[in-house]
Amino acid sequence: MESNAISKRRFDAKGFVSKYAMYVILIVLIAIFGFAEPAFFTGKNFVNILTSESSRGLLALGVAFCIITRGIDLSLGSVMAVSSVFSASLVQKLTYSTLIIPGLVNFQPIPAWVAVLFGLAVGTSFGVMNGLLVAYTKIHPFIATLGSMTIARGLALLFTNAYPVPMLREDFTIIGQGSLFGFLPNIVCIFLLMAIIANILLNHTKFGKNMFAVGGNIDAARASGINVERTLVLAYTWSSFCAALAGVMVTARSASGIASLGEGYELDGIAAATVGGVSQTGGVGSIVGCIGGILVLGVINNGLLILGVSPYLQKIIKGAIIVIAVVFDMRKVARKK
Amino acid sequence: MSDYVLEMIDVSKSFPGVQALKNVSFRLRPGTVHALMGENGAGKSTLMKCLIGLYQMNEGTVLINGQEVHITNPLDASRHGISMIHQELSPVTERSVAENLFLGRPPMKAKVFVDHKKLYRLARETLQGLGIDIDPYEKMGNLTVAKMQMVEIAKAVSQDASIIVMDEPTSSLTSIEVEQLFGMIRNLRAKGVSIIYISHKMEEIFKICDDVTVFRDGQMVGTDLVSNMTVTRLIHLMVGRDLDAMFPKVECPITDVIMEVRDLASGNTFSGINFDLRRGEILGFAGLVGAGRTEVLETLFGLRSKTSGTVTIKGKVADIKRPADALKHNMAMLTEDRRGTGIIPVSSVASNIVVANLKHYVRKSGLISHRKIAADAKEYIKRIEIKTPSKDTLIQDLSGGNQQKVLVARWLLTGPDILFVDEPTRGIDVGAKAEIHSLITKMAGEGKAIIMVSSEMPEILGMCDRVLVMHEGRQTGILDRCDATQERIMEFATHTEEDSGEAQSQAI
Repeated sequence: MESNAISKRRFDAKGFVSKYAMYVILIVLIAIFGFAEPAFFTGKNFVNILTSESSRGLLALGVAFCIITRGIDLSLGSVMAVSSVFSASLVQKLTYSTLIIPGLVNFQPIPAWVAVLFGLAVGTSFGVMNGLLVAYTKIHPFIATLGSMTIARGLALLFTNAYPVPMLREDFTIIGQGSLFGFLPNIVCIFLLMAIIANILLNHTKFGKNMFAVGGNIDAARASGINVERTLVLAYTWSSFCAALAGVMVTARSASGIASLGEGYELDGIAAATVGGVSQTGGVGSIVGCIGGILVLGVINNGLLILGVSPYLQKIIKGAIIVIAVVFDMRKVARKK
Repeated sequence: MSDYVLEMIDVSKSFPGVQALKNVSFRLRPGTVHALMGENGAGKSTLMKCLIGLYQMNEGTVLINGQEVHITNPLDASRHGISMIHQELSPVTERSVAENLFLGRPPMKAKVFVDHKKLYRLARETLQGLGIDIDPYEKMGNLTVAKMQMVEIAKAVSQDASIIVMDEPTSSLTSIEVEQLFGMIRNLRAKGVSIIYISHKMEEIFKICDDVTVFRDGQMVGTDLVSNMTVTRLIHLMVGRDLDAMFPKVECPITDVIMEVRDLASGNTFSGINFDLRRGEILGFAGLVGAGRTEVLETLFGLRSKTSGTVTIKGKVADIKRPADALKHNMAMLTEDRRGTGIIPVSSVASNIVVANLKHYVRKSGLISHRKIAADAKEYIKRIEIKTPSKDTLIQDLSGGNQQKVLVARWLLTGPDILFVDEPTRGIDVGAKAEIHSLITKMAGEGKAIIMVSSEMPEILGMCDRVLVMHEGRQTGILDRCDATQERIMEFATHTEEDSGEAQSQAI
């Protein structure tokens, strides 16, 4: 809503340029890659980009909420791993289930949806914990989520003893491997659906409006009667729910629960949200921007790969583009002293 | 030798879409205090920021002692003997007074190490030279705002400043501290320092300034000796029209008691607060800064926890633990610190207006009605004349007075029965001030009960039906409108007069 409104305002040349800087970058990147390598410019490749970015994209959708409240969530990658191994452990083909929970052989197979809910619940519980810590102990979100990042990773490793949880049943793996109408992978559908939900939450509910207020000025929000603590808990809960869902998705796709899943993904998520204009100074951001940020990073990843650029050089280019995009963005939302 | 220590000639400055200064000229005589006046946004601050190099002017020349200079940053400015004391001080609160005094330029030993002994000796000398009684070892954060300001002035003096710009230096000082500041200003003037004094307060201009220059809409509209000026002429110059009475107190019926406060206390901050508040009444809270007035309001509103006492609203005991509870009792609070606890800077005017009232925009589906928000925002922008390009403009881009009006709109929208306003016109220009005053009066006329904290005596005397005076966390008296005079209030505020039990019970 906020960003729509800004774009409607006329005669704001500076605002216009910085508002669309990211899309300009995106179009330029697509043009460059398209010219350099025709294979880039195919519908199939765009689906590929969406597919490979959907899990990181989910993290961006999640962490955007935290960043808008002027926080951060570093635990997302580890939360993915937790939801991965916990959900996977319930849907292994019977012969394998007994490796982790012996005696399971005597039971009926657990339905896939129960496994999904279980993974989501365990993963999301970390967000509740993060939120409570941030809201009530007032420790910095960076530290709170750094703690839970380590704890969640430890839990995933302990639970599996660092072994993969392989051989998952097909009624579960279809979540990650199936596709809608034969060309749009389920995980892309999930991502797009979540993006719509995130947009509704952020712009069309009281909770979303409260988050902007809390991030924009926490004291003013409190003085306006907003339940700041509840708002924060909800933001972190949403964030880890997105991560847990990403964990389930990737697990279903690779048909294996992995305790080391998602290492460093939280930073990709943060980068995408940031490139997409979600400001670290709080109170600013949109889901549309977030998706733009995800696409910028996805196009870079994919384009450089197709061009056969050295993976090491890829990292350098990606880092530079993140910084440049944010420099542009800073001009837009610079807080007045 | 030039007649002027500083001349700024034909200065123009524009920002994208705004011409902030149009061919402005300004001349400063040596050893004088020169007032800069004008409504917020008139261009005073822009001109001063051009002077000290925070902004680069598009056109114009600056002469110092007749020599043309080009100042491109504040460091340049201080080399030319110009210092600015900003309205919002930004000291390094965790370090000592001396370290703050010589921030960025401490005396050195062998060019590498800070010479701490010399640092504290120099600091002591500088402070004593100005007659400031502050220990250089004291942590900056432990000082009052007034003392921090003095350190800031001492810093300017220690840099051999011959021109000191003071931007609303008295906005958070008590009247005693203001006197001390004025003493210091006179002292500096006697030493030949020229001072540019930005203020909205008329009485200060006539008390301390020699010359005055008035700005309106980015242009210089008048400059003269203060002795040739009258209040009416000054206001006329500033707003370009004659203002109605500054304090349009309208008599309105004061009816039943809506709130009773008994023996309210919060830790060591304040205790023993007793009063009744009636519909249609404006109850003033007077006292020196730090007397605990704001804290009482914060406690009543649930921003601070009470340690004893009872609050009764409409005959029922109210347990207010957080602002959300206060809102449920139809209370509203316009806080003192507009930036700190008021505006949400990076949000739009519309979002800022509705933020305390969002639940009224939630439709049955659970989603927010943006159409209704837009309609209400537009209505309030029109009704209380908020000057903003649109409802979607970020509130940080509005002037202080208009930001304050947005906050007034925020609370009006909640339909309060009880309204607390804490220093509602601090740092707001004359025109907007009168508008805020008439808004408050109008609300009282609608039967709302209002408590107003103010450090401006004319505001208290002009607006309030009764005045509760505090001194160091204690209630020292309640005065009726007819008994309230500046002198009486000051006696209670400085506790030179012991409150008699009689006056207390009579007032309640």
